Amino acid sequence: MSWNRKHLLDIESLTAEEILTVLDTARGFKAVGERAIKKVPALRGKTVINLFVEPSTRTRISFELAEQRLSADVINFSTEASSFKKGETLKDTAKNLEALNADFIVIRHSASGAPHFLSRVVNASIINAGDGAHEHPSQALLDAFTIRERKGKIAGLNVTILGDILYSRVARSNIWALTKLGAKVTLCGPSTLVPKTFEQMGCRVTHDVDEALREADIIHLLRIQHERQRKTMFPSIGEYTSLFGLNKARLAKTKPDALIMHPGPINRGVEIDSEIADCERSVILQQVTNGLAVRMAVLFLVNGGKNSPDIAV
Amino acid sequence: MPDTSVILNAAAIQRALTRIAHEIAERNVNGTEVALVGIPAVGDHLAFRLGKILTEIWKHPVHVGSLDVSMHRDDLDHRAAPTVHPTVVPFDVNGKVVVLVDDVLFTGRTTRAAMDALNDFGRPKYIQLAVLVDRGHRELPIKADFVGKNLPTRANEKVFVQLTEDNHATDEVILGKK
Repeated sequence: MSWNRKHLLDIESLTAEEILTVLDTARGFKAVGERAIKKVPALRGKTVINLFVEPSTRTRISFELAEQRLSADVINFSTEASSFKKGETLKDTAKNLEALNADFIVIRHSASGAPHFLSRVVNASIINAGDGAHEHPSQALLDAFTIRERKGKIAGLNVTILGDILYSRVARSNIWALTKLGAKVTLCGPSTLVPKTFEQMGCRVTHDVDEALREADIIHLLRIQHERQRKTMFPSIGEYTSLFGLNKARLAKTKPDALIMHPGPINRGVEIDSEIADCERSVILQQVTNGLAVRMAVLFLVNGGKNSPDIAV
Repeated sequence: MPDTSVILNAAAIQRALTRIAHEIAERNVNGTEVALVGIPAVGDHLAFRLGKILTEIWKHPVHVGSLDVSMHRDDLDHRAAPTVHPTVVPFDVNGKVVVLVDDVLFTGRTTRAAMDALNDFGRPKYIQLAVLVDRGHRELPIKADFVGKNLPTRANEKVFVQLTEDNHATDEVILGKK
């Protein structure tokens, strides 16, 4: 057991042991969700502010429920209702939230590094719920949890991440987490969205989808991030679907026990055939269930991390 | 470990558990309503051992579970997050006589957290407490119903219960310095 961090800012700075501590802790919290009374008093009296400066449904709901199940007081602060439109800076907003004695700020922001910045200007614990195209640490942790739960291990598995890698914070966090845990990660997609520079992160890059899927134990699909692409990176959605979409013919050539994962929201008929999204090899909804447990574990550990004698930021 | 002494060896631990089991059977005439719930990481192993002995005494299977208390502790604001162990309570606790089983009774705070955690599963008819070692220094009004060994200790000492279930070579209760 080793966790002495006050924040969860990214996966890049975590050790394999720290990642495994989150996964082990999350196992206990998953069991809490299966009981008649799904609530524990671990964060009783704590205030958590969900500062979502970029739209999010599932991550915000997942964090909010995780916080409530830990008995924390929860305030949601989203773009529509915020003062950002009135010209307030992120720092001032955060300072105001801190003046309300917030113990935790869960932040989603379109700017990479926003959580790191906040961690330097406020005393509250900061949890990154997705910053720009940089990282989405809780997503990578829940993905690793789901893989370990279903496959019994992570080391040595072939994981293929297929889709829009360039604009994906989920991909970056997953690459960090899975390579640290000993998986072999392959990235695949249109060359404009999967540049070779990703090989510097310790994974393999290919643009041949059949080759990328053939030996995969885990097929991790990503959505095309229309909102982050300034100009079209490929000719059309239809062409993307025919060249890189996961359809029955492609699936037939994969390992029969390969799992299909997707962080959501899925675009049926684009990156994945509707039938495949609902098939028994798809663990997309288990990812959602596990996300709740992992986020409870993160809040629980970070709360303890504040009290560590040798605190790491 | 320097400055340590063995308080109970394997045979003494076995004798203590056998005696506790007989005391549980004596106190609870209706064995079918008794369930043992151990507190990890050591109490759960002791609960399973007690369950085996009680099964022989009562000639029927005894419910055994394990209950993690880390999320109900009262010191979460003063320490690094404790290890979360699995909770397995595969029976309905409502109306049961639940015997909580822990290795060492010290401040009583773990027992308080356990009673709180158990409450989330229902309302037992009685909660009783069985411990292998009672080392004193209570900080809460809590008293064990069944005790393997009363061991006067100093506050700066620590009692280690090592069991073969946790890959120790032999069962031992050791008194050492913190």
